[in-house]
Amino acid sequence: MIEVSDISKAFNGKEVLKGISASFKKGETNLIIGGSGTGKSVLLKCMIGLVKPDKGNVLYNGRDFYNCDKETQQSIRREMGVLFQGGALFDSKTVEENVRFPLDMLTDQSVQEKQERVAFCLQRVGLEAAAKRMPSEISGGMKKRVGIARAIVMNPMYLFCDEPNSGLDPLTSVKIDELIKEITEEYQITTIIITHDMNSVMEIGQNIMFLYQGAKLWEGVNSEIIRTDVPELKEFLFSNKLLREMEK
Amino acid sequence: MSVIGKYFIFLGTLFGKGEKLSVYWRRLMEECVGIGVSSIFIVAIVSTFIGAVSCIQTAYNLVSPIIPISTVALIVRDMEILELAPTITCIVLAGKVGSNIASELGTMRITEQIDALEVMGINSSSYLVLPKVIAAMLTFPMLVIFSAFLGILGGYLAGTLTGVITERDYLYGIRDSFVPYNIFFMCVKPFVFGFLIATISSFKGFFTVGGALEVGRSSTEAVTNSCISILVADYLLAQLLL
Repeated sequence: MIEVSDISKAFNGKEVLKGISASFKKGETNLIIGGSGTGKSVLLKCMIGLVKPDKGNVLYNGRDFYNCDKETQQSIRREMGVLFQGGALFDSKTVEENVRFPLDMLTDQSVQEKQERVAFCLQRVGLEAAAKRMPSEISGGMKKRVGIARAIVMNPMYLFCDEPNSGLDPLTSVKIDELIKEITEEYQITTIIITHDMNSVMEIGQNIMFLYQGAKLWEGVNSEIIRTDVPELKEFLFSNKLLREMEK
Repeated sequence: MSVIGKYFIFLGTLFGKGEKLSVYWRRLMEECVGIGVSSIFIVAIVSTFIGAVSCIQTAYNLVSPIIPISTVALIVRDMEILELAPTITCIVLAGKVGSNIASELGTMRITEQIDALEVMGINSSSYLVLPKVIAAMLTFPMLVIFSAFLGILGGYLAGTLTGVITERDYLYGIRDSFVPYNIFFMCVKPFVFGFLIATISSFKGFFTVGGALEVGRSSTEAVTNSCISILVADYLLAQLLL
């Protein structure tokens, strides 16, 4: 379980996050939604330690990430898997080497053990045939799947995904969403997904938080979101024509 | 001043908590190939021609009947050892290696590859930059020794093939009044310049913010700042060591 309490962050005097508190449950896909520039990615970066919040705490199963010793912080980091928006694959390494990278760096496993784990993760995301290819030789959807394989290779307890559907066609988006949900439920991971994709909200949003201008405006499950009375959320939800038609 | 302070803090992070030694060894070998071995061709071309031109132009200027013609070789040798091989070679390397390092790290930064390392708990500056710095400090002196040899050989070829100096005079000249300390001085320079080029270029690339335009800008700044620092360090080393 991840709990954030009263997280605030400002850049050059401009407040990007305004006292956000929330808890994200284990074994569920927790979605953070909102328009562009509402602070979703900054909140994610605060949670994974890339940006230090000005105020507030981030608790990983009760361990305060910003107020603990370096060893605890390091062990929390090793329990995290992160899927970045563009995949963030290392250009100079093959797909297989990218997935194996955390094992090479952070474990003392034998070559055999590492190979087996990498093969399993690649098979789990359906990319065993692309193991020897370079990131520049694979499609955007495949890059995301390699990113997922790399994120889960260390058996993480927490999985963070920054806009996993951006730049993908609707069909591939659905496949990526399903994959993340399956992995979350199968390994009982606490998954947090940053998105503004409405398909994801409706398909996999078990616990949804809506951010607006750096503040939390709404929290609930996907079956409730359609019936919301919050005008800003309604405007966000029914911004495309198809959904407006459905609402009518 | 704040940039200089940030640069020194960055240098401090290189020696922070590191990774396994085997990881560094592998990375160092990769960087030695990337920085050193891949620069051999350009260094060979530049050095040979600079040596050849030095010989021809020195001979052109030495027209006095009281100065022996072997002095041409002596001047070529000392120019190569003291200045041309270490400084010009490193300025060429600042262009080739410096821009490469800055653009590589800049691209890694804007594509979140460095963030990915940091999230894993890896000291990204140490993992990415330290092997580059050590590789530059190891391979640059070797490249400079190679450059000095080719420069003197280039002078020999140009001088003897054009007839401005005989083979006997050239060989006599390059052995005349030789000061072994100059070789030590020649090797110290690229050691220092390698450190400056690798750290300045890494610093510029590592803190790139933005997109492709900013990567290009970082790369240009890396080369210009490296060249300026080489010239300043060249003067300081000459004052200190000669």
